[in-house]
Parts: sequence; C-alpha cells; structure tokens
Amino acid sequence: MPYRVHCMVCAGTGCVSNRSLDVREALEREIRKRGLQEEIQVVTTGCNGFCAVGPLMVVQPDGIFYQQLTPKDIPYLVEEHFIKGRPAQKLMYTPPEAPSPIPRMSDIPFFKHQRLIALRNRGLIDPEKIEDYIARDGYQALVKALTRMTPEQIIEEITRSGLRGRGGAGFPTGVKWRKVREASGEPKYIICNGDEGDPGAFMDRSIFESDPHSVIEGMLIGARAIGARHGVVYIRNEYPLALERIQIAIQQAREYGLLGENILDSGLDFDISVTRGAGAFVCGEETALIASVEGRLGDPRARPPYPSEYGLWGKPTCINNVETWANVPPIIMHGADWYSQIGTERSKGTKVFSLVGKVRNTGLVEVPMGITLRELIYDIGGGIPGDKKFKAVQTGGPSGGCIPAGMMDQPIEYVAPDGKREARDYLDLPIDYESLTDVGSMMGSGGLVVMDEDTCMVDVARYFLAFTQDESCGACTPCREGTKLMLDILNRIVEGHGTMDDLRALEEIGWVVKQTSLCGLGKTAPNPVLTTIKYFRDEYVAHIEAHKCPARVCRELNTYRIDPVICVERGHGCGVCRRECPEKAIFGEKNQPHRIDPALCKKCGVCVDVCHFNAVIVE
Amino acid sequence: MPKLKIEDLARIRDQARRSTLLREGAGRVKIIVHLGTCGIAAGGRNIMAAVLRELEERNLEDVLVSTSGCAGLCSREPMMTVEVLGQAPVKYVDLTEGKVREIFAEHIVGGRIAERYALAVGSERAM
Amino acid sequence: MELATIEGIIRQHGAQKSGLIAMLQDIQHEYTYLPEDVLRHLSRTLNVPLSRAYSLATFYRAFSLKPKGRHPISVCLGTACHVKGAVKILEKFERELGIKTGQTTPDLNFGLEQVRCLGCCGLAPVVTVGQDLYGKVTVTKVDQIIKRYRKQETAHAKT
Repeated sequence: MPYRVHCMVCAGTGCVSNRSLDVREALEREIRKRGLQEEIQVVTTGCNGFCAVGPLMVVQPDGIFYQQLTPKDIPYLVEEHFIKGRPAQKLMYTPPEAPSPIPRMSDIPFFKHQRLIALRNRGLIDPEKIEDYIARDGYQALVKALTRMTPEQIIEEITRSGLRGRGGAGFPTGVKWRKVREASGEPKYIICNGDEGDPGAFMDRSIFESDPHSVIEGMLIGARAIGARHGVVYIRNEYPLALERIQIAIQQAREYGLLGENILDSGLDFDISVTRGAGAFVCGEETALIASVEGRLGDPRARPPYPSEYGLWGKPTCINNVETWANVPPIIMHGADWYSQIGTERSKGTKVFSLVGKVRNTGLVEVPMGITLRELIYDIGGGIPGDKKFKAVQTGGPSGGCIPAGMMDQPIEYVAPDGKREARDYLDLPIDYESLTDVGSMMGSGGLVVMDEDTCMVDVARYFLAFTQDESCGACTPCREGTKLMLDILNRIVEGHGTMDDLRALEEIGWVVKQTSLCGLGKTAPNPVLTTIKYFRDEYVAHIEAHKCPARVCRELNTYRIDPVICVERGHGCGVCRRECPEKAIFGEKNQPHRIDPALCKKCGVCVDVCHFNAVIVE
Repeated sequence: MPKLKIEDLARIRDQARRSTLLREGAGRVKIIVHLGTCGIAAGGRNIMAAVLRELEERNLEDVLVSTSGCAGLCSREPMMTVEVLGQAPVKYVDLTEGKVREIFAEHIVGGRIAERYALAVGSERAM
Repeated sequence: MELATIEGIIRQHGAQKSGLIAMLQDIQHEYTYLPEDVLRHLSRTLNVPLSRAYSLATFYRAFSLKPKGRHPISVCLGTACHVKGAVKILEKFERELGIKTGQTTPDLNFGLEQVRCLGCCGLAPVVTVGQDLYGKVTVTKVDQIIKRYRKQETAHAKT
C-alpha cells in the first residue's frame, strides 16, 4: 500500500551531527503512537545541501520544508500537520524573499476536486518504460491476485467494490466476470474495448497513452479470475499514439514474462493481441466489435446470447472498457471496502470525464461519482469563457442527451438512495449512472460538452443525428430508415422550411426508432433530438414559425451586415473580410466602411470569424 | 531476458525508484515533458527538443529528463513538470521554447521558481 | 502491384481469413488506397470471395478504393470541434484545394476527409495532415497549413 505522506529526514553529515537521527526516532515513535504507520513513511535521505538550518525534514508530496527540528518539536508537528492537516508554520523555513505566490495543486479548483484512480499514474511515469510503472507499485496487484487470492475471491472483491462498466451502460463488472467464469465452453476470451467512438470523449486514449500497463495488469487479473488464456485489445484507428504505446507495453510485459506462459511462476498463461479498428462507430457495440475482431463486417447481432456465453469465436468472452480495466488493479490492491466508500449508493468509485466545449478549463478530469454538474462546470471547468451564458451540457455522446441550464432554478424531484424525495436543481444533481438516465441523458463514456448561448440546440440535435445516421450499419430498418427520415426533417427545420407537423413527426419517429432498433446505436440515436425537443422546444418553434435561429448558428436563417462605424473607427477598413470572402460578396476600400452584397452572400459566416473587430453583425 | 519471479519484481521496483525518484538519489532535478496527443499537438516535441538543447548547452549532468502522458489540463498545453530535490514539483504551462530557456536559467540552475509561467506546485491527489 | 510486399503483408497476419481487415489496413497504408488487382490477389490467396473483401473495403471508413493523396487532411468534426465552428474550417479547405470532402486533388498532393473525433477536444477545432496534428485552427490558419505542405512538395519536385 502506498503511503500518503513521506517524511524525508536528512541524514547527511551536517544534520546527523545536529542530532537528526534523534529527530527521526522521535518521529517514528510519535507516528506509531498515533497509529499512522500505515499512512506515513519515514525515509532518511542524503544531504539536502542546506546544512545551515539542520536538522531538516521535507514532507512530500507537498514539499513542506521543516528546519532546526528537535525531538521536542515532533509531537506538535505530527498533531498539526498529520492529524489536523495544517503544516506547522513556526517550524517551517521561510525564505528571505517574499513568500511565493504560486498556488498549490491542491488549491487549484481544477485539480482540487479530482481524485485519481484510473488515472493514478498520469503525468508521473514514462508510459514507454515498464520500470516506471513497476516503480509505482505496478504489477503488485497481480502478485496479490496470483498468490493470495483464488479466482472466486477476485470476483467477489470486484463484485463487492461496486465497480460498473465505464463504457457507458454501467453493468456490474463482477457479475459479468462471474457469468463468463461459470459459462461452459473453452477457451475463454478477454477483450478490452478501446473503440472510443463517442465524439467528445477521450479518456480511453489518454489511459493508453499515459499508463498502458494499468490496462494490461487489469486484464491479467481478469484472466486469472475468469480462466482466460487469451486477450484482445481493440483500439480505435484514429489513435496512432495510443496504439504505439500499448504495443510497446505489451512487448515489454512479454520480455519480462508478465505476459506469456507460467507468469511469475504461478501457472497462469495469458497473452494479449492488438486489433486495430477500421473506422466504424458501431464497432464500439460489443457484438459488432467481436465480429470485427473475427475479420468480418462490424454488424451487431441481437442479444441474447450475450458475449459472456457466446462471444469471440463463439466462446464465452468477457468484454470491458479501457477505464474499467484500469480500475481493477487498485481495487485488488486496496480492497473492495476502500473503493466502495468512494461515490454514491448506486455508483461506486470515480469516473473520468472529458470536459470540453464552451468551458474555460478543458481537459480530462477524474472525480468521485456523485459530484454535481455545477462543481464540474463551474469549479473544475472554471465556468463559461467570455461572459457568455451557460445553456446546456451534453453528456453521453450521440446516445446521450442535453441537460439544460434553464432548469437551474427550477427544482426537479430527486429520489435519494434511501427512497426520500427531495427537490434539487439539475445542476446540483449528483452525477451517477441513474441520475443522468432519470433526466433523459446517460453517463455514456463520459464526454461532457458544455454549450453556451451561441450554441443552437436544433443544430446540435441535427449534428448528432447526422452522425448516427451516417454510422448506422443498415442491418435493421428502424435505425436505417428512421434516422434518415428524422435527419431530413431536421435539415428542413434548420433551413427554415420546417412545419409544426414536422416537429410532431420527429417525436413520433424518434420514439419508434428507440423502441424497435436492434442494437444500442439505434435504441439511443433519437436521444439528442428528443431531449432537445423536451427542454428547448421554443428554439425549434423559433426556427419553424419565426424562421429565426436564436443562437444565430443556422446560416440559412441569418443575415449578415457590417457595422460601418466599427469597421472604420476600429478596423480602419482593414479588408480582411473582403479578401477572405469566398463569394467575393464584400466590397470596400481601405479606411472606408465595407459592405456585404446580400444578393451575392451565401451566408457562410467566414467574415464573422476573420474580423478582428467584431464588426460583422449577424441577425 | 530471463523470466521474472515475484522477488524480481520487488528488486526491479527498488532499482527503478533509485533511477527515477530524486529522493532515492536519481539526480538533483527531474523534468517531465507531458507528451500525450494534445501535448504533442500543442508543440510538446519542440519543448522536449528545447529542454535537451538547454541540457547540452549548459552541460548539466544531474538533471533527469523524462516524458509522460497527458496531465489532464489540455487547454494549457504544452506543459512540463520540474522537480528539484527536496522541493515540491512545479507545473509550468503554455510553454514556448523561449520560456523553457528562462525556466532553465531561473529555476533549474538558479533555484528560484519562474513564477510567471508556473501553474502550481505540488502533486495531484492519487488514490 | 508489388507481389513481394503483398505476400509479406499476408504472411505477417498468418495468411488467415480472420486477418483480412488487418491486411487491408496495411495495404491501405502502403498504397493510400486498396488497388483492385491487390484485392483480387488477396481473395485468391486467402480463398475468400472478392465480394467479401469489397464489402469490408466499403464498410469501414479507414479504407478507400481511390488513391488518397500524399498529404491526407482530416478535419475533425467531433462535438467539441463542431460547436467551435469546424464546419467553416472544412469549407475553407474545400475552397482552397478546389475539391470536396472525400476527394483528392488531381496532382494527388492532398486528400480531404472529415473525421469523427480525434480525441483532442481540448484543442478544438483540430485538423491532422498525415501524422501532424494542428489545434485551435482558425479560417486564417488554414492557408498557412496548406502552404507548408505545398512548399514541401515543390522542394520535393526539385530534387
């Protein structure tokens, strides 16, 4: 178990002569007395070079520097710093210059709310060196699983931890493992689903790129638990760096005998091969993915039978997502009790979200389940840039929905885990698998796309539907034809030719597609449309009846003109719009106001983007 | 390479710690350049090249350089972490080759954090 | 068709039917497309119907039956890129190169594709040219990107 804190007591010649070893002894005594020996490690180091103020001690990871310590200072120091959590100021070294204004990582909201389990090694290790992973206690969970646990105990531990599939559906991982273990048929297979197709989600890529061995170790533990000899990592074609790094990692694990026969003399045989996706979104669906691994078209098939009974090559197959696998080693290492105390009643542990779109701090964040949207968007994300108004957040990719900010002050009913009902704001809704489904969206793989007042919800719905329509494999009629009909209607609406009958038809067809499609792609494809109609009906109506796009995104409904005053006074008629206009529809001379000829304008909007002075007005 | 036994794993771990962790004597300074896809897209490889150039020009031998994956805050890439023995690691963001040069002069050689380019000190909460 | 190259690719994937997709990926990488004679050769050697190879080649987005251009340009149209105006970037490339999405310039220098999500949403909008990735692309940056590769091509032509 890694220690929470390391106390680095200097044992250089200077400090030893200042009795630093007595300080160390007092420290160890006090730590034992307080029962902290599991959490705090005392290490003696070589000379720090700052002998003048010895004996010294550095407390990591915070880098707190204590000076001129005596054994008498220790009880106070332990009480203040390790029990109360506030470094003992009066024992610290204060540099002669002004105190540093740089905040600590733990004070910066973006990092403060995060808790890294799946991403525990991010930014710390060289992903192309297996030794770096081993140095951070890598493969120790495997050792534990091989030497001190039976396969049944491993499955029990994973089940009790409450870990659920991080690919989106949230199926309990331990239950799945048990099914595969108990299924008849040999050999059994393990698959890591790295076909991260949801636009706006990139946690799987990042795990492969920054810590590939965590996935391999998770799969090895899974192999021991279910009795598999062969595993497949399926990785998206668009991720060349992730592919390269997982391949290097597998090769290094083989060289060390961590993959292959008789791993660590335990009798476990297991190896992993890599399959590259070939660019089909539907292959993220497990039956389509298996077809693709077998070298066939990525067509999904009806379930049951589930892959746990009839999977790769017709054999029992355990298929889990990248992030799920990366969570396995810490759970085995620290136990189900440790893991299940993080999160909510129904959703345990942490979830990695990619926070993107119209938000200040974009990036990848790992937070405990149950965090609220408000914390994610405002505390971690830093809010919306440019003083714009927050409009909605889209979760779950093309299968998910849009949760509106308009609901912010309109409480909804939230059923607490104990069955109590209470009113809550949407934004204060603790995020877990169920709560997102309750509001018509879903967890999905964890993409969170933030949208502001300049985002048109009808356009967003059309965008997602164009996506799923294009990616529909065509095997079943409702998905193939239904998404096409819906897209035609949406295209009409954004071009200003929609009718209110269209809107009704959209809801009706959407319902049918949801109910009758074969696989998850079709069953969820209407979600973005249906949630936007539900929460942003007025925007649809504005497009249909007033022929206006309130966010001024749908070009066919916009008109463009140049404000002559801004153009001349601020821009001095710079002419960049005139040069960039693809239709040559802008006229004007240097230092003169420019003008758009509406007869020539094709409404592409390039002039808006290129003008440095915001002189182009969209109406 | 002979196959690993369980005891070997502990030995490799200890060895690897000695060569990667400053407090175990790996060096005086450790620099990590974050090279995930976003880091590279934002110019991370040029930052890496600049770091190596500085090392060579200044003839520094007690500085460890390593790469790592994404640090999570994509909007502030390229990013690097500088850790001086006995001090908390410092994350530098929005880097350019010029800033790398200044950080070398001030922090890595001079021992004073180049505050204007630093995002934060310390580490993230893992596990 | 270079028989030795194709045979090498087939052997590398165990000459098994199940390796067909992987073989097609390597061939695509080698030629920037799947030439008809290569597909015919593959179907004979592996004893699979040509229609099966053709169905894979047209189902998966990674494959092309026409040459793709020396500098394949992919404009990301993922959600984050979409809400940050990626469509205008794509249109700018179309105008500058004089081709539509999915086409290749007549001199085979550039191909233009849209791609679903490159997973660099933090840097949206994003464009890749071959192995190079560009983040926070604007309409005006498009010219610079194209210019860089045109320069490479003229330098290449001179040598």
